[in-house]
Amino acid sequence: MNINATLILQSIAMMIFVWFCMKFIWPPLLKAMDERREKIADGLAASDRAEKELAEAKDRADQQIKVARDKAGEIIEQANQRHSQILDQAKTDATTERKRQVSAAEAEISQASNQAREELRNAVAALAVAGAAKILEREVDEQKHRELLDKLIAEL
Amino acid sequence: MASGSGELTSSGYIQHHLQNLTCGFGDEGFICGGADVAAKLGFWSFHLDTLVWAVLLGLFFGWMFRKVAKAANSGVPTRFQALIEMIVEFVDESVRDSFHGTSRLIAPLALTLFVWIFFMNFMDLIPVDWLPWLTEQAGVPYQKVVPTTDVNATLGMSITVFVLIIIYSLRFKGVGGFVGELVMNPLNPKELGMPKIVWPLVMAFNFLLEIVSLLAKPVSLGLRLFGNLYAGELIFILIALVFTAGSGFFAAGLSSVFGDHIPWYFWTVAVAIVFATLWANMKGKLSTKLTLWFLLAEMLLVGGAAFLGGQLMHFGWAVFHIIVILLQAFIFMMLTIVYLSMASEHH
Repeated sequence: MNINATLILQSIAMMIFVWFCMKFIWPPLLKAMDERREKIADGLAASDRAEKELAEAKDRADQQIKVARDKAGEIIEQANQRHSQILDQAKTDATTERKRQVSAAEAEISQASNQAREELRNAVAALAVAGAAKILEREVDEQKHRELLDKLIAEL
Repeated sequence: MASGSGELTSSGYIQHHLQNLTCGFGDEGFICGGADVAAKLGFWSFHLDTLVWAVLLGLFFGWMFRKVAKAANSGVPTRFQALIEMIVEFVDESVRDSFHGTSRLIAPLALTLFVWIFFMNFMDLIPVDWLPWLTEQAGVPYQKVVPTTDVNATLGMSITVFVLIIIYSLRFKGVGGFVGELVMNPLNPKELGMPKIVWPLVMAFNFLLEIVSLLAKPVSLGLRLFGNLYAGELIFILIALVFTAGSGFFAAGLSSVFGDHIPWYFWTVAVAIVFATLWANMKGKLSTKLTLWFLLAEMLLVGGAAFLGGQLMHFGWAVFHIIVILLQAFIFMMLTIVYLSMASEHH
């Protein structure tokens, strides 16, 4: 245990090592560590932000889905309404058409029957004249008996 | 055993282990030796072993940290980089907690001291005879491999810190402030309203107290580290001595089997068996409990009870010593920071 010049040399060695550390070790290490700390902080902030944005987007999407669903319901409702409307319309149209056709048929029928009646009346008149001629076996003067014949026709 | 020439005695073994390899320039040129050289050259000699190991470990520190510092980036760190950064972070936090001024020097200083001193202390955990035995084979008679068990090394560092304390005091307080702190504390004649005539007396008294406390800083800083490590080293040596004494009995027993010289294959077989046991455990072929019993039996078989006792004591002290070496490195660093922060702050 002697005190000797080791002391001085050790001191010099220490100063050199401290200098080396101060110059070449500490600054780059601390710089890297600070940079990483910043990076991590940024990353965490970004992830927070992303999370918030995601929640907002979800809200928006939910809202849009709700709107779309409402609209779809409305459209279906409208379609139903339109459907019954069309149905009603068709019913009314069919009823009118039927009525129209029925009345047309009735008119035709009555016209036909009138015509037939007219024709029949004429035929009966002719028949009556022919019958009367046969009965009398003589010529009937049409001029003479016109009055009589007309009276007969009118009675038919 | 790393003994010099001559017979091996307990005190001789201890003395030999506590001697540095002292070198210097004498009348006959560069000489190296033990206490004889130290006695001849006085102060102007130096401990080559202390310096070489200290510088090697310092270079190791520089290389290790520089490697990481060069590759350091803000990306994902490797495991080793994370370890280094953990140490740096720890030192940085310690400095921030204690030192409130701005200084580019103090944090790197603290880091260097902490890691370097830890490395130097760590040499204490290498079995005391290994490196001295190796160097003895190479023809070097003395070898103390733990630089911090050399009071020169610890005082060398603490005196450097002391110089820094003075520099910091002058830089932050000025010459007047520094001198004022020395003479106006703890009894401030101005505040106590003393008559001017007694001021020099009080100031001289203050100066006496303050200079002692100032000088006590480097001395206590250096001697604390030295004392702890020296004591630890000494206990390792004593344990090794117990083992030596035990192995003496054991050698007597073995020589009845092998004759005067225990043949080399005895040791080879012993090492091979221990290795095989450990290997079997690592491969999962032997439970850890069984392994421990096997090792105990093998150690008993090879070395006898004294050997086993020496081994267990060595192991126990080494485990305890891990705390000591780390703690002492930390204390040295912490006190350096505290002293420098005291030097740079007004009271």
